Amino acid sequence: MKNRLNNRLGLGGWLGGGRYGVDRYAYAFHRLTGLGILAYFIMHIFVTGMRVGGQEEWERTMAFFNAPVFKAGEFLVFLAFIFHAVNGIRLVIVELACGIGRPHVPAYPYTNSTMRQRPFVVAVMILAALLMITGGVDFYFMLN
Amino acid sequence: MSDSKAAPTVVFEVLRFHPEKDKAPYLQQYSVPVTRGMTVLEGLTWIKEHIDSTLVWRSSCRMGICGSCGMFINGVPRLACNNQISHLHSDRISVKPLPNFEIIRDLVPDLESLFDRHRSVKPYLIRKDSHEQHHPVGEYFQSHQELINYIQFAYCIKCGLCLAACPTAATSDKFIGPQSLTQAWRYTIDSRDEGAGERAEQLYSSHGVYRCHFAGTCSQVCPKGVDPALAIQLAKKEAFVRAFGIRKQRRAARVAPPVENWVRNRDIPAPPTPTIEKSRA
Repeated sequence: MKNRLNNRLGLGGWLGGGRYGVDRYAYAFHRLTGLGILAYFIMHIFVTGMRVGGQEEWERTMAFFNAPVFKAGEFLVFLAFIFHAVNGIRLVIVELACGIGRPHVPAYPYTNSTMRQRPFVVAVMILAALLMITGGVDFYFMLN
Repeated sequence: MSDSKAAPTVVFEVLRFHPEKDKAPYLQQYSVPVTRGMTVLEGLTWIKEHIDSTLVWRSSCRMGICGSCGMFINGVPRLACNNQISHLHSDRISVKPLPNFEIIRDLVPDLESLFDRHRSVKPYLIRKDSHEQHHPVGEYFQSHQELINYIQFAYCIKCGLCLAACPTAATSDKFIGPQSLTQAWRYTIDSRDEGAGERAEQLYSSHGVYRCHFAGTCSQVCPKGVDPALAIQLAKKEAFVRAFGIRKQRRAARVAPPVENWVRNRDIPAPPTPTIEKSRA
């Protein structure tokens, strides 16, 4: 008799950081921001496609998207892009096995590759925060 | 933990499910008196002995070797025998079966999917000369560094904690998973092995190493320090350097010829005289 209960975590397990470390949250944010940027890209193609409808259509569309809510949304896309780009560089580095250590005979207390690349995660957060602040100042105070 | 020093207690919140009686799993609470050094497994044993004999889980060695008692304890996959209640720093202990595996009953996960994946990566030495492998005439050469390249990954006890913690495995049952990918790499990098090509089909398939995006939790929860994330990234790096021709294909270790004219090292004492007659079979 095969009477088993499915216990796969599904999307909750994919996006939830749970009680794991900061790296798991970076993983979840990387995926979320990637999807956000993809959604923006599709919308962006659609919006710029309005230009085909002539100048009036284009100016009407631009006027609609000049509302503060869309400007805030655009800034969110910018934040997502910054995190995704900087964290993506970290992932390229660690997925080429740089900065995560070499195989060794495990001895308690165990260390692991996740712990060894933690300085990269801290660097990503600092660099992303600096770029976000700089971008925010530029976005809200200098462009106008 | 309770304030009372005489009888500190914790509440075990255990997920229960009987496939023939219950339509859905439910949580059941038990109050357990905690003694110094008491592990989660001992807490469950206390419940079974004193409160509820119907509680079911799987365990064997009680010392973190067999990998049977993997459970989802306070939101993290852990071995129940390897974790003391006091180290969890909570007066409520949530105990559930390992996620990403089907539940057989109560805290017993069905690890068959793990073993199927493990078998699929051919976790054994493959030699082109299979006759020599099955009728050995000597040992294979292997340096200390060649041993270090894989020995860490050979410590795997197949407990399934890494697969329970993996976010990719949470959504895909086709993902080979950190345990099996690590074992594929363990044999691929073994200097005695010649089966890298056979394992590459699995290792670099669309459900292989490239589905890993370094959440790192497999390595964090591993109770033996195996570090599956390291093995997976090393496999990715290997594919990269091979694609660019940076590293040439290595030759598998040769069989060492029998040693002749050997002289015993005087610093090493001779073995004791055999107490039984050597078998002639």
